[in-house]
Amino acid sequence: MSFLPFAVAAWLFLAGLYGVVSSRNLIRTILSLTIIQSATYLVLLGVGYSNRAQAPIFADIPQTAKAVDPVVQVLVLTDIVIEATVTALLLAMAVQAHKRFGSLDPNDLRALRD
Amino acid sequence: MTPKARLILFGMAVAAFGFVLVDGLAGLPAFGHYHGVYGRVIDGIGVTERHATDLVTALNFDIRGFDTLGEEFILFGSVLGVVLILRELRGESEHPNRHEADEHTFAGASEALRALGLVLVPALVALGVYIVVHGQITPGGGFQGGVILAAGPFAVFLAGRYLRMKLLAPHTLVELGDAVGAAGYALVGLGGLVFVGVFFKNFLPLGIAGHLLSAGQMDVASVAVGLEVSGAFLVAFSEFLDQAIAVKGGSQ
Repeated sequence: MSFLPFAVAAWLFLAGLYGVVSSRNLIRTILSLTIIQSATYLVLLGVGYSNRAQAPIFADIPQTAKAVDPVVQVLVLTDIVIEATVTALLLAMAVQAHKRFGSLDPNDLRALRD
Repeated sequence: MTPKARLILFGMAVAAFGFVLVDGLAGLPAFGHYHGVYGRVIDGIGVTERHATDLVTALNFDIRGFDTLGEEFILFGSVLGVVLILRELRGESEHPNRHEADEHTFAGASEALRALGLVLVPALVALGVYIVVHGQITPGGGFQGGVILAAGPFAVFLAGRYLRMKLLAPHTLVELGDAVGAAGYALVGLGGLVFVGVFFKNFLPLGIAGHLLSAGQMDVASVAVGLEVSGAFLVAFSEFLDQAIAVKGGSQ
C-alpha cells in the first residue's frame, strides 16, 4: 500500500474543494479550505518518509541512525502557521460579512455580485 | 449562477484537475523510498555542526532561519489584519455588558470547570515555557510552545471569566509581546550580520549538544518566536471574543 498516503492526500484535496464549491455557509467554506491544506501536510510528510527510519530527533538515538527528512517537516510547520493565519483573517472577514449582510450564505453577499 | 450549474461546472473542472493531480502524485517516489539529498545531509551533520539534537528546530531557527523570518512576519501581518478588519465600526461601541462579560453564560461554566481553569493556567504556562526553551533538544520550539503559552490565559476565559482574562493578559501587554518577539527574532539575524558578517549565521557559543543552553542562537530565537506567537494568538483571541461579548450595535 505504498500509494495510500498520496491517495488520502488527493481525496482530502478534492473533498475540500467540493466543500468550498458547494458551501452555503462561509464558516464551512473556511473549514473546507483547512481540509485542502491538510492534504499538503500528508504529501510533504509522505515525500520525506523512508522505510524503517526514525524521527530526526537525535536526543535518544545514535547519531548514525537512519532518520526521515527533517526539511519537509519544517515545511509542514510553516504550512500549519500559514494555515492558522489565513483562517484567522478569513474568520475576521466572515464576522464583518455577517454584520454587513446579516447572513453567512455566500449567495447573500450582494455587493460582491453587482 | 445557480448552485446546480456551479456543481456541473465544478464536476467538469475537477475531472480534468483530478487527472493532473493523480498523474503528478504517481510521478513521486513510492512512499518510504525517499530519494532527497538535503534531508540526508542535514541528518548527517546536524548534531556535529549545530550541536542540536532536534533537527527540525535546527532547520527552523538556524539553517532555514531566514525563511522563518518571513513566516514570522506573515503571522505578525495577519494578526494586524485581524485587528484592522475587526476594528470598531461606525455606530458600534465596545461597552461590555458588565454582568454578561464578567460571568458570561454561553460557556456554561460550572464551579468544577472554574477550579480546573485555575489549575490549568500555571500548568499550561509552565509547559509552554518548557517546550519553548527545550526546542533544540526535543520536539518543540517557539511556535509550538507559543501556542501553549497563549492557551494559559485562555483557560481563564473557559472558566467563564472573560474580564479576568483581560486582567491576566491585558491588550497592551500581549500586543507588546507580539511586537517585541517579532523584532527580537529579526535582531537575532542582525546579530549574525554584525558579529560574524552573515545574516542569520550563528554567532553564539554552540555549547554541548543535549544541554539546555546549547546550539547557539536557537534558544534565543525560540524564545523570541514563542513571545511573538503567544502574543499574536492572544491578540487574535481577544479581538474575536470582543466581537462576541463586548461589541454592541452598529449599522446594518
